[in-house]
Amino acid sequence: MRLIKKSSVAATPSETEKSKTPSATSHRRQFIKRAAGVVSLGATGTATQLAAEKLPESWQVPGGDFSNYGQPRTAIDSPIRWVSADRSLSGDGVSWTPLHALEGTITPNGLHFERHHNGVPVIDPARWQLTIHGAVKQPLVFDLNTLHRYPMTSRISFIECGGNSNSLWHPTPAQAPTGYVHGLVSCSEWTGVPLSVLMDEAGIDKNARWLIADGYDASGVAVSIPMDKILDDTLVALYQNGEPVRPENGFPARLLVPGWEGIVNVKWLRALRASDVPQMSRFDTVSYTDLQKDGSIERFSFEMGVKSVITSPTAGDTLSQHGYHQISGLAWTGSGQVSRVEVSTDGGNHWIEAVLQPPVLDKALTRFRLPWRWDGAPVTLRSRAYDSNGLAQPDRATLLENRGTNMYYHYNAVVVFSIAADGSVRHVYA
Amino acid sequence: MRNRLSSILAVLLLTGNVVADDAPGLGMPLSAQDQADLPAVIMADGSGLPDGEGNALLGEQVFQDKCMICHGPRGMGGSALELVGDRALLATAYPDKGIAVYWPYGPPLFDYIRRSMPPSVPYSLSNEEVYAVIAYLLELSDLLESGAYLDADRLSMIRMPNRDNFTEVYQPVK
Repeated sequence: MRLIKKSSVAATPSETEKSKTPSATSHRRQFIKRAAGVVSLGATGTATQLAAEKLPESWQVPGGDFSNYGQPRTAIDSPIRWVSADRSLSGDGVSWTPLHALEGTITPNGLHFERHHNGVPVIDPARWQLTIHGAVKQPLVFDLNTLHRYPMTSRISFIECGGNSNSLWHPTPAQAPTGYVHGLVSCSEWTGVPLSVLMDEAGIDKNARWLIADGYDASGVAVSIPMDKILDDTLVALYQNGEPVRPENGFPARLLVPGWEGIVNVKWLRALRASDVPQMSRFDTVSYTDLQKDGSIERFSFEMGVKSVITSPTAGDTLSQHGYHQISGLAWTGSGQVSRVEVSTDGGNHWIEAVLQPPVLDKALTRFRLPWRWDGAPVTLRSRAYDSNGLAQPDRATLLENRGTNMYYHYNAVVVFSIAADGSVRHVYA
Repeated sequence: MRNRLSSILAVLLLTGNVVADDAPGLGMPLSAQDQADLPAVIMADGSGLPDGEGNALLGEQVFQDKCMICHGPRGMGGSALELVGDRALLATAYPDKGIAVYWPYGPPLFDYIRRSMPPSVPYSLSNEEVYAVIAYLLELSDLLESGAYLDADRLSMIRMPNRDNFTEVYQPVK
């Protein structure tokens, strides 16, 4: 096994490899032969000359109709979210983005991860209102039409649930593809009104250091968010990848708090109360807090750590071919931009810098890739990310040494996949 | 972000469009009556708690009727979060995260239980029932005497034993 040098990234496969692998051209010839065979069977005695010309079958029948809203192709292997919900309370659970089945950095809206605490509320946009009250000079109400008249801005940003990857606090590694372990993170272009504009209009009292936000859902979720962050870069998001925010992502309006744990990105936004102190709601102090080794409990741990995961190959794959493969993955950080991602194929002894696909954006998913040749020997693949704030992704042993094993949120350790001689890929802690 | 927005608005001004202000100013003022009608935000110090009271005897009844099915008898061993646990186990491999250790303040219990419990019919318990069920759970947690009652003042005055064991990761920008 050897790594391909960066300078040879664009090189074509070697001659020896070509001789082992059937070429794309010969695959296509086989396909066309089969297609032509079908056509000649269905057109006996009328157009047999077409078989000789090896035409694609689809050239000979009109295609499908238009659609008002395009749907993805559905097949047994189409990318889907996996859903895990409380058996006795179907609205309490999660669904994971299938990161391993997607490429690029933008999550399709129908595959954005979900974390609901008591289901998706039905909201009539004509009756929806956002209330700003508490420690402000003038409490205000905005209806949806009014909000749409405000100046908007767009940014590409990830949202990650604080509990993403949390099965890995357990002593046995989960054997599921990347997305179904780490897919409580998604990345979208969010468009909306900077919350600072609305807060300025209401007039924030000098001592109002917190904003208590809640939504229209039946979960009782309420969170306290520092006013500094609200005024810095928080959006009232109305659009997700160009279309109105999906119901399961907070229609008609949600908070986007870039880089901070999902729970504060309140969906189905209802009210914002300025306050000199945090509410100390259940979601401030009970859930989304982390028990430390010494028995103390960390709260208001908003910022998501620097993290990377390989999305291909992933657990459950089988590499059927030796030779050229592309390692592909995602990196992100809540504290700035990804500055570097390194990959090791030898147990962490040597690290090779992966190629970051531009644009590398602040608090957005960043795609990394590294071409690699597999010689068929057992091997482990791992990635680690660094960010513009000087933070480095820890390995698992270091994370556990620092944090203990009673944490529930904020797992960001290096992820390792092993590839056996038969090509089977497993998730390992080694 | 704020600077960038200001410059966008400044461009509007320069191009002669009728934008008299640098802020849209379209929010509708909330009347005093509308403010009074907003659901109360219950804070850690108990502000926002409603009138009324409830005792642990009623609380036990409410718990058995509406809570036990998920939270287990006496708040232990159910499918939902454990409510009553051993406080000594916090720094061990199998910590108990009951109310007594994981809730640093009493009043947020009222806020959360009223708004979200039981999850099939949230916001359905009366204020008396919510006070009562909290009294029962705090009795099971050895924080209240048997048969005690709670109201806004008494719930606000309870000092949860683990309050000072929380650390805050976020530090405000100076």
